[in-house]
Amino acid sequence: MSEEFKIEIVNPEKSFLVKDDVSEVVVPAYEGEMGILKDHISIISFLKPGIIKILSKSGNESYYIEDGIVEFKNNNLSILTSSIFNIADMDKSKQQDLLKQAEEESGKEEISDQSRYLIDQKIEVLKTLN
Amino acid sequence: MASLDDLKKRIASVKSTQKITKAMKMVAAAKLRKAQESAEKGRPYSEKMNNVILNLSSGISDKENAPKLLSGTGNDKVHLCVVMTSDRGLCGGFNSNIIKKAKSYFSKILSEGKELKIITVGSKGNDQLKRMYGDKIIENISFKESKNANYFDADKVGKIVIDKFESSEFDICTIFYNQFKNVITQIPQAQQIVPLNSEDSEDNTSEESYEFEPDEDEILSNLLPKNISTQIFKAMLENSASEQGSRMSAMDNATRNAGEMVDKLTIQYNRSRQAAITKELIEIISGAESL
Repeated sequence: MSEEFKIEIVNPEKSFLVKDDVSEVVVPAYEGEMGILKDHISIISFLKPGIIKILSKSGNESYYIEDGIVEFKNNNLSILTSSIFNIADMDKSKQQDLLKQAEEESGKEEISDQSRYLIDQKIEVLKTLN
Repeated sequence: MASLDDLKKRIASVKSTQKITKAMKMVAAAKLRKAQESAEKGRPYSEKMNNVILNLSSGISDKENAPKLLSGTGNDKVHLCVVMTSDRGLCGGFNSNIIKKAKSYFSKILSEGKELKIITVGSKGNDQLKRMYGDKIIENISFKESKNANYFDADKVGKIVIDKFESSEFDICTIFYNQFKNVITQIPQAQQIVPLNSEDSEDNTSEESYEFEPDEDEILSNLLPKNISTQIFKAMLENSASEQGSRMSAMDNATRNAGEMVDKLTIQYNRSRQAAITKELIEIISGAESL
């Protein structure tokens, strides 16, 4: 019996990634990092800015993500997100741009505590990437 | 009877119009393929989003305290209508169909004595609605600069809707757009997005229980605003595919009509040319005879 399950990442424009030989996925869930293996209980959760790690037979991949929803059901993992970047394709200048943007936003006065928390997260993750 | 010169000029002008409509048709066909593709690609996202929300709302235990975006404000006094049209004309009945649908809805609401607020997306809708419902239009958004429908624009519209909902400016929100069926048929749609209408898809909710992290309420209150943007984005994608399809068939018709007109004018031109020759011959012959 294989220990693999299916992952699908969709963003509003298209189906971003589909893989069916995934053995483990680590997602930055709202309340901490979460590793998902086969036969995980059905779960719905949010993602905060962070890195998705996909471990599969055909190679491991990492994606930087800013927000999203993750749903796991019947060994199908769906991730809905509006902003996702493959780390391998991300060059330094892109990272710097995102970081600058996030820092600008965190400099604003009027944002709520929750979004400030998310932005701080974003900055932290982006810094570790550099 | 128009003179030969006039006819010649008309034929030339119709021919050049035909060239333009033909070119527009080709451009629309090329754009249609792209728009159709992105509409199809965008479907999984909105479908998945819908599924998640359905599963969530079926799992919610406390219906009373459910987020307002899901359950509504309990009133239906103020209606907000988001009418989505194109920024460009010459696309057949595309805009008029949406407007017609919207107008019949408006008059129904107004006859029930309810309040109406309109947001128009796209300048053509605004042009057609401002004469009759000018005082009802509270916002006019147009994305002339962006070439293709993108999520960023949809999110902007979504944020406006949510802002207005949170400051309780309306109770029910409906969006109007054209659903793309095929090149010839586009179906104008009225879709209620606030509160969420889950009646039509009740049957595919699963019995399976989910684990939620954080709890249902928090997820829902985060997800619902996103869903609004997603629905608007879906409408924009459908709309842009419909617009190109509609323009393509309209321009195809126009090209054909122009061709028919050229044929008719050419026959007329040849007839009058021949009539002129015959007349000249008669004049010469009768002149010779009188000598």
